[in-house]
Amino acid sequence: MSAVPYEAALVVAGILFVLGLAGLVARRNLLFVLVSLEIMINAAGLAFIAAGSRWAQPDGQVVFLFILAIAAAEVSVGLALLLQIKRHFKSLDSDAAGTMKG
Amino acid sequence: MATLLWLIPVLPLAGFAVLAILGRTMPRRLAAAIGAGSVGLSAALALILAVRFLGSPPPGDALTVNFWTWFEAGGLKPGLAFHLDALSLVFTLVVTFVGFFIHLYSTGFMAGDEGYSRFFAYMDLFVGSMLVLVLASNLLVLYLGWEGVGLCSYLLIGFWLKDPVNVRAAEKAFVVTRVGDTALAIGLFLIFSRLGTLDIQEVAAQAAAQWPVGSTLAIAAAALLLGGALGKSAQLPFQTWLPDAMAGPTPVSALIHAATMVTAGVYLIARMHAIFELAPPVRLAVAVIGAATLLVAGTSALAQVDIKRILAYSTISQIGYMFLALGAGAWSAAIFHFFTHAFFKALLFLGAGVIIIGLEEEHDIFKMGGLRKELPLVFWTFLAGAASLAAVPFVTAGFYSKEWILSAARASGPAGLWLWAAGLAGAFITVLYTFRMVFVVFGGPVANPVRRRPGAVMAVPLVVLGVFALLAGFLETPRVLGNLPFFSGLLRPILGGRGPEPAGPAQDAVLVIISVAVVVAGLVLAWLLYGRGPKHGQTTESGAGTSRARGFFFSGWGFDWAYDRLFVQPLAWLARINKNDVADLPFRGLAGAANGAHAALARTQTGRLRWYAASIAVGAAIVIAVAVLL
Repeated sequence: MSAVPYEAALVVAGILFVLGLAGLVARRNLLFVLVSLEIMINAAGLAFIAAGSRWAQPDGQVVFLFILAIAAAEVSVGLALLLQIKRHFKSLDSDAAGTMKG
Repeated sequence: MATLLWLIPVLPLAGFAVLAILGRTMPRRLAAAIGAGSVGLSAALALILAVRFLGSPPPGDALTVNFWTWFEAGGLKPGLAFHLDALSLVFTLVVTFVGFFIHLYSTGFMAGDEGYSRFFAYMDLFVGSMLVLVLASNLLVLYLGWEGVGLCSYLLIGFWLKDPVNVRAAEKAFVVTRVGDTALAIGLFLIFSRLGTLDIQEVAAQAAAQWPVGSTLAIAAAALLLGGALGKSAQLPFQTWLPDAMAGPTPVSALIHAATMVTAGVYLIARMHAIFELAPPVRLAVAVIGAATLLVAGTSALAQVDIKRILAYSTISQIGYMFLALGAGAWSAAIFHFFTHAFFKALLFLGAGVIIIGLEEEHDIFKMGGLRKELPLVFWTFLAGAASLAAVPFVTAGFYSKEWILSAARASGPAGLWLWAAGLAGAFITVLYTFRMVFVVFGGPVANPVRRRPGAVMAVPLVVLGVFALLAGFLETPRVLGNLPFFSGLLRPILGGRGPEPAGPAQDAVLVIISVAVVVAGLVLAWLLYGRGPKHGQTTESGAGTSRARGFFFSGWGFDWAYDRLFVQPLAWLARINKNDVADLPFRGLAGAANGAHAALARTQTGRLRWYAASIAVGAAIVIAVAVLL
């Protein structure tokens, strides 16, 4: 079972997290922003799984289940907001929605 | 007697309260009735009180009534108490009587003025405050009245408040007298801290027991009291406010000059004479200041052309005589001169008021002329007052009071000769400026017709005061002229006798003859220079070579100019450079920094989601880096 060393899993989780962050900062389309967020959440989940296997504890998998629930909730709220923004601004560009400044 | 005593000051104060609250809605006749009536009632009560006081003197020749304790704090427990003795009786009688006649006159003079009830409210408060001042049994209550008259003089000098000139004159009077008031307040602190009491009788007894003659504390206390008296009585170096105080209505000038306000300083020194007797240098200073003031003010009066300013300078000069008498130790003589001066100076101001409104606000004496035929009643009464002011021998009150002062000054120690000479020179100048005014205003042909003649309410006070201006002097006559010591006998228990006197009747006679000669010489000179009316007077004054001196005297010896340079302009300069409130700079800097920080931080709120996400990521990275590396 220890075919994959946990360091490799953590590196993959780090790469996924940075990819997600880069997408979050670089993308202007809110749909892709949400996708990037999902990637970041799953990167965190992967890190938990790796840590759980490292210490041979079930806690990591328990937290991953929580993360799944949070991700589902986040996506439902996020998509609802997305629909509202699309209706209000006629666009999915996050910069177009930047009217709350100063 | 106790009931009468408290009613006397309370009546005018009640009149003030009623007029101040209801005056606006009240018909004019009622306002006048309350204003003049309350003071008239006070005068009647004062007369009854005087008759009873003289008929059956209370034990110790004084009556003290304590109504209630004002407050109690530390060792200080001033009672709201009145003290009636011969000195306060004289002042009460003069204040209420002269005050009443001025009120009566004002009901005519102020007719048609929009501030009718306001005027009478202030006048009542003025008389009430002065009565509190003279009847006070302790120095704190005296100070209450003292500040009260100061406030009322401010309100009344600036009565016609739509003209900024009047308001400035009122401010000047208030600020200048305040300098003296501050000295008086410090004097009271000193007396209380050293003697532990402010009760006038106790202060006198304690001071005599604790302070030896000439001790530093006695001199300091006397000098501080003198400072207050100089400010209120418009003596050197505080005399500048009084000529400007002419901005008020003429009855106000009469009240300030005759009965209230300026005589408060004389009263204070006479009342506290026990302390002044412990401080010979201060007494000498009082005499010297009086002598200097009477000369400065007399010469200034000689150059004025505004009839009210002539009278104002003459008041300063006559109060100088009172100070001369106080300094010479003839306390009763000062009070006697106050007594006669109140009648003739009120009379002169009221007469001048008739002339001024008769000629439609004309103040320049050279534009009057020939009024002897136009206003005969005013002429005869004004002449009586002027003769009394000039101390025309034998028939006027002013002659007897001034003669007493001069002989006391002559007999008062080593400086006596100089003080007497100054007084005599002042007497000569007084005759000159008084009859310059009389000849120019009343003599010659008619220059301007009189448009408004005085009614009965204005004529009666003139006649009554005229009679007093002539007859009041016979209460006290010198040894060689009847030897009638009624006035000094009345004041003997408090002020002790006639004060210094020449060695014998022969010296007395010499002094009287010299005074008479001086007055007659002044009369002759005045006739020669001004005797033929304004035209002649004007040619006399336009003579070459006199203009510089006249300008100097006209400006009151340049005191206003000097004070403007010394005090007003530096203060104005300080105010100007401090307009931005230097002391506020740190606080305003703090506010500015907060504002700047706000503006900088507000710029980071771009409203862009990606910017926020990036800053959260960078922030988190920094926090983790710090946590891991440190």
